[in-house]
Amino acid sequence: MIGPILVLDDLVKSYGALKVTDHVTLDVGAHEIHALIGPNGAGKSTLVGEIAGTVAPDAGRVVFAGEDVTAFDPARRARRGLARVFQTSRVVPGFTALDNCMLAAAVTDGSAYRFLAAMAGEKRTAERARAALDRVGLADRADVLAGSLAHGEKRALELAMGLVQEPRLLLLDEPMAGTGRTETERLTELLASLEGEVAMLIVEHDMATVFRLARRITVLISGAVAITGSPDEIRADPTVRAAYLGGEVAR
Amino acid sequence: MSFTLLAVQILNGLQLGVVLFLVAAGLTLVFGVMDFVNLAHGVQYMLGAYLTAIAVSKTGSFALGLVGGLAGSLALGFAFELVLFRHLVRRDHLEQVLATFAVILIVTDLARMIFGPAPIAFPLPAMLSGSIALMPGLAYPVWRLVIIAAGLATAFLLWFLITRTRTGMLLRAGSTHPDMVSALGVDIDRVFLFVFAFGAMLAGFAGAMAGPILSVEPSMGDNVLILAFVVIVIGGIGAVRGALVASLIVGLVDTLGRAFSTDLLRLVLDRSSAAQAGPAIASMAIYLVMAAVLIVRPTGLFSGERVTARSK
Amino acid sequence: MIGDALLSRLVRILVHPATVLAGLALTIALGQILGQSFWVTLATRAAILALAALSLGFVLGQGGLVGFGHAAPFGLGAYAVLIAGELGVREILVLLPAAFAAAALFAAATGALALRTRGVYFIMITLAFAQMAYFVFAGVSALGGDDGMSIAGKATFLGAKFLRWDVNTAWLALGLLTATFLFLSRVQHARFGRVLAAARDAEERVAALGWSVYRVRLVAWILAAGLAGLAGALMAEQTGFVSPALMNWHRSGELIVMVVLGGARKLSGAIVGAVVVVLVEEFLGGVTEYWKLGLGVLILAVVLTRAVDLSALLRRTAR
Repeated sequence: MIGPILVLDDLVKSYGALKVTDHVTLDVGAHEIHALIGPNGAGKSTLVGEIAGTVAPDAGRVVFAGEDVTAFDPARRARRGLARVFQTSRVVPGFTALDNCMLAAAVTDGSAYRFLAAMAGEKRTAERARAALDRVGLADRADVLAGSLAHGEKRALELAMGLVQEPRLLLLDEPMAGTGRTETERLTELLASLEGEVAMLIVEHDMATVFRLARRITVLISGAVAITGSPDEIRADPTVRAAYLGGEVAR
Repeated sequence: MSFTLLAVQILNGLQLGVVLFLVAAGLTLVFGVMDFVNLAHGVQYMLGAYLTAIAVSKTGSFALGLVGGLAGSLALGFAFELVLFRHLVRRDHLEQVLATFAVILIVTDLARMIFGPAPIAFPLPAMLSGSIALMPGLAYPVWRLVIIAAGLATAFLLWFLITRTRTGMLLRAGSTHPDMVSALGVDIDRVFLFVFAFGAMLAGFAGAMAGPILSVEPSMGDNVLILAFVVIVIGGIGAVRGALVASLIVGLVDTLGRAFSTDLLRLVLDRSSAAQAGPAIASMAIYLVMAAVLIVRPTGLFSGERVTARSK
Repeated sequence: MIGDALLSRLVRILVHPATVLAGLALTIALGQILGQSFWVTLATRAAILALAALSLGFVLGQGGLVGFGHAAPFGLGAYAVLIAGELGVREILVLLPAAFAAAALFAAATGALALRTRGVYFIMITLAFAQMAYFVFAGVSALGGDDGMSIAGKATFLGAKFLRWDVNTAWLALGLLTATFLFLSRVQHARFGRVLAAARDAEERVAALGWSVYRVRLVAWILAAGLAGLAGALMAEQTGFVSPALMNWHRSGELIVMVVLGGARKLSGAIVGAVVVVLVEEFLGGVTEYWKLGLGVLILAVVLTRAVDLSALLRRTAR
């Protein structure tokens, strides 16, 4: 039995009088796909920030792979195996898709302090990056500048950069935001195929995706955990239906 | 060190402090509200000193001259903003640095061309040029007391403007809710125009105040500008109250440091080493204060009340 | 039409780093052959300032760090040479590393603080710390205080009085400039340079990948300062005199101007910009004492026309 990869232990964060994270406790199993849902303004983005290390909680702990990482900066958490896919694409616009991916791959493959050897000549990093691009269907777009990729392609590139880090947890912040139906389905199937390989915490509005992927779902309302349970339990929960899901689940 | 000497140096420190405040107050608002880097603020200080000195000697009246100098500084502030600075507000910081640096080069050389490179005289009326005895054995120049009083009065006026008037409230509202301010139909460009021109006038006022005790010459704004930067870093960008507190800290630390560092070092060093190291260490003092603030609070002591309307 | 294309091509050839470096070499060689010591002096000055500008261009262009205090490491390199001379050390192979180290140490201490901040703060803090260095040296009377001081004799190379001849100083400056350019060109495409450039454009992304942006920037900052220290040491050798004026904050501004006039995104831009500014100063300085006014107008023209850099401005005004 392997312990959970991520544990949030009684996290609290307030902005003035507004409690955006209200004693949140949750865990993500070592190979689990866990979804975090909730209405707008429920505090999902803040929670993602607290997990990634860009937002410091007022109280509580973030435990990653058995280690208290609450005081770690984002880079240090990433090196422990936490990969983040941003809500709005933050790829390096002036780098090609391949270069972006190599930038991500190189982290697990030596230090930044190489001053003379051209990065383009790093064979192993390039191979890993190409494999990741291939996996998300961007193989033939490898040499296009990331800034000129279409929106859906940027999302796919974000995902490839997450995968190539060989993370222990993929933190996906609305990976389907702004992508078309076919693209969403393709990316959803891709994520589904990764089950058992890497744990995921996925924040998503698209309920089809959430119920297709997640083994457990946590519902966040007004900064607090309303319920955590299996997709069936969430579907059946009357308060969740009333407060949030509405007609969407009935479909 | 005697008590009298200490008292005189404290007054000198306060006097430097309020001059720095007059320069920094307008600058910190321009930085804070518009996220705009203005290196040319020292130029306004220099021009204020020149305009007032010339107006005083032309009118023969100190009061008239001061009014003329202030009006001229305000007019120049409007002119600079309308002609150049408003075109730079939405540029990136590097472009702002370059353009305002260019303004320094251009205006400083124009001042040399028009007024000559040598310092010009800035005579005070007899009433203000003497000293008065504050207590037995402590005579202090009247003009320096006037500077301290004028600076503190300006600080009070600014406090009033910012906390008690509509414009001030807009500035403060803009600090936390920039969208709301534009939703109210406030023309942010106009706000910037007036903040900029008013800041230019304050800097010109500082120049007019400092003119009689320093030499009025084309590059007089350079050092003041950098001291004002130190003030803003310590006080926090956009924080007028922070600028006041930091100005007084910088004024006092710098003045007292220069006055007493050699004596203090003599306690641990021999006479000649102390005389060697004293001035060098004294000139570092305010920067060390800045470094200490940066370690504890990288965004300045009063950054909580930051006034910002947009970020890049 | 044909004129435009021709001009465009001409500008491109003129601003090529190889052209500029070759031009400097030619000037030194001709100056030596024809006995025009002024040419040698001018080319040396251009090469030294180009080295300083190049080091700034690396952190500013590749790293996106608008430091307004590069005169400080430059001046510290010069003071390292002066102090070493006072201690009786005149060996260039000791002086240059000492200058590099002095500047790098200063950058490590001040950069560690400045890099905790962004934007306007970063600009003001780098300027303030540079001014601190200026005032400290102006206050040390043993080193001449405000007035500065002459260096004790010319430097030696492995004991030989190699740098007694100005032309050798010139070749040394040009050699170091060329070597630094080649080195930084490699760095730019190596991992370090790529991470630095990526952090310039997408800082949060690069940090989320696991790169320590702060540390990478600090190393770049220290490296750039060290290289500026080398330039300062050469300046001290060339003029035989060191004063706080080397660290005047206007020099920090001029170095930024050089970088931007030549084009900040290209590494070679700083070299081109430095040579242009030195020539403009020399030319305008010969015509009028108000040459800074002319330089200011040139800078404003580039910024306001959004020409990006001087070669773009030239190409555009030709139309």
